[in-house]
Amino acid sequence: MTAETAPAEATHVSDPILVVDNITLRFGGVTSLSDVSLQQNRGEILAVIGPNGAGKTSLFNSVTGVYRPQQGTITLRMADGANVSVIGRKPNRVTQLGVARTFQNIRLFNALTAVENVKIGVEARQKTGPVGAMLRLPRSRREERESDERAFELLGFVGLGARANDLAAGLSYGDQRRLEIARALATDPQLLLLDEPAAGTNPVEKRDLEGLIRKINAEMSVSVLLIEHDMRLVMSVASRVVVLNFGRVIAAGTPTEVQRTPAVVEAYLGAAAAEGNGDAAAG
Amino acid sequence: MTTATNDRPASAWERLTGNRDVQRFALCIATGVVVALMTGKSGNTHEPTAGITGTFKSANGYIWVAIFLVIWALLTAREHYSSSYGAVQRRVSRTREQLLGDRRARYGLYGLMLLVAILLPYFVSNFWQEVLVGSIAPYVLLAVGLNVVVGFAGLLDLGYIAFYAVGAYTAAYFTGSLPAQPPFHVNPFWAYPLAIAFAMLSGVILGMPTLRLRGDYLAIVTLGFGLIIEIVANNLTSVTGGAQGVVNAVPPFSVHAGVHYTWPLELLPGNHVPWYYLILAIIVIVLILFHLLENSRVGRTWMALREDEVAAEAVGINPLKYKVMAFAIGASTSGVAGVFFASKTGTFTPGDFAFQASILVLVIVIFGGMGSLAGAVVGAIVLQYLPQALRGHIQQTDLYMYYGALLIVMMIFRPQGLVPSRRRAREIRLAERGIGTADSLAAPDQAP
Repeated sequence: MTAETAPAEATHVSDPILVVDNITLRFGGVTSLSDVSLQQNRGEILAVIGPNGAGKTSLFNSVTGVYRPQQGTITLRMADGANVSVIGRKPNRVTQLGVARTFQNIRLFNALTAVENVKIGVEARQKTGPVGAMLRLPRSRREERESDERAFELLGFVGLGARANDLAAGLSYGDQRRLEIARALATDPQLLLLDEPAAGTNPVEKRDLEGLIRKINAEMSVSVLLIEHDMRLVMSVASRVVVLNFGRVIAAGTPTEVQRTPAVVEAYLGAAAAEGNGDAAAG
Repeated sequence: MTTATNDRPASAWERLTGNRDVQRFALCIATGVVVALMTGKSGNTHEPTAGITGTFKSANGYIWVAIFLVIWALLTAREHYSSSYGAVQRRVSRTREQLLGDRRARYGLYGLMLLVAILLPYFVSNFWQEVLVGSIAPYVLLAVGLNVVVGFAGLLDLGYIAFYAVGAYTAAYFTGSLPAQPPFHVNPFWAYPLAIAFAMLSGVILGMPTLRLRGDYLAIVTLGFGLIIEIVANNLTSVTGGAQGVVNAVPPFSVHAGVHYTWPLELLPGNHVPWYYLILAIIVIVLILFHLLENSRVGRTWMALREDEVAAEAVGINPLKYKVMAFAIGASTSGVAGVFFASKTGTFTPGDFAFQASILVLVIVIFGGMGSLAGAVVGAIVLQYLPQALRGHIQQTDLYMYYGALLIVMMIFRPQGLVPSRRRAREIRLAERGIGTADSLAAPDQAP
């Protein structure tokens, strides 16, 4: 319904930040992803949708280095134009390359305060070692100040400024989602992967989240790769959509294009609904 | 309850045995009797029943029963007056928070404690001076070091005392006290940095391959490492002197920088005090450094790893690096305690680095409160003071049985420890409400 807000031209601009090429991921005899390819352009919000078990989170885990696909390549294009392969790198190395993520089932540091959660994200890039920290050397003081400033700035950015000293576990569900986003942003990413950020949030929180995702994309110029079930949110923020089903890409294109693809309708609503819509153009 | 299936009213006996207070009373008396028997006299082939009769002919047996009666009374009172009990508990914890939350009050308290520690040797007998220097202070240092590994980073190390041995043997080696002679001799002053380096190195060497393991596996490997060090020290006679220990006495600590001072041999009465101040200085320095470390980027990174390793990796933290770091820092603290021990007594044997010592340090850390520096200090003082104070009342061979019982009781009634760290207490409270896990050693739910 709000598809016209998505710039259709973005589809053909070719400045990729992430190129996933024919990856196949198996667990024993179960194939979780088979021959999945997608390309995300720099500055774009790309959504990955699909029914439960379609392989969306497996794709995320492959891109972030948690899983290692048996076939295919995943390449990140750095800001300086260098191509770096993700496969075989550990999650923490991938994060340092500029890929941050959130989790489908929120994973915060629950016994720490909101600001501490974000500080840990900022500090993962800092250099102070144990000796510097014990002796409070000048660099450690400076970095401490920087991480404080940055953490409060990010909490303000996601709208949690007033909750800085609350325990993460004590925040509302929607606030926890936003705190997780702030922590991910603290790692200074080029590409942000959001795994069902709207799951479990109420309509008001959803609308705020929509604004937040746009703001991250526009003001921080971070590319966003989004897994989401909430179609309204996807159609409204994503410039392009990739549809997965049974570990395969069955459609890709602008939200309106994808909505009209018979294979997508079939995947979501069953074969009967797709009848009379012509041959499925799986891609 | 009992009348649910038949209409007959509950008999007096059924009502009595169904009463929770009575049940608990019977349980407490039974436990008291069992503990009294376990710790009391032993029987022999001539008088097989002496184990039982002997126990209850002495006062000790009745003391245990009395102790458990008091426990019963406390538990019962707590249940019946739970609301006022909770109110009292809340007020106590609020007052404590207020006092400790205020910076000046907190530093005042620390200053006062330091003053007491400085003046203490002048108010106690020679025997207690020896206990302070020989039993309490080294274990304070060991517990503070292990606290970094277990409390801050959440790694279970069952072979911690091995690094104590590495420190002691490093000092002995470089002062020429072992059968194997070093390439160069150093005086005990320089043995400290060398021991720190070697203990740290052994921590890194052990840590690099083993810290990839999780929870139980790490515990088993560190346990094995502790045993290996002990067995090597016992059997590699040509290098370590074997079970006899060092061949030449390790020279006592001395300073030759500006002032010249050599610490006196500790064997003689009255010579404990200089050693006491040496280790007190080391402990204070280590406590300040670790306090700063805990409240720094590195300390927060450990907390993140302890809480959720998967999430920590996702923000770009290299788990192995920080675990090895914690291991190395803990090991070097243990190494310092080892040099102190070696240069104080001049002599030691592999028996001083037995497996039980590792367990004792771990018990101290858990008893005091994991992740709490103050807890490690208080835990070491209490658990090393009590056996000496109760000397003659309890058998030294029973000591580990009491430690075990104490741990069980702590886990049930006060899992956060005697002086808990605020964060650790929070983790446990959250875990009780089903949010996250307070058990830092549990494997995170992660697919391959």
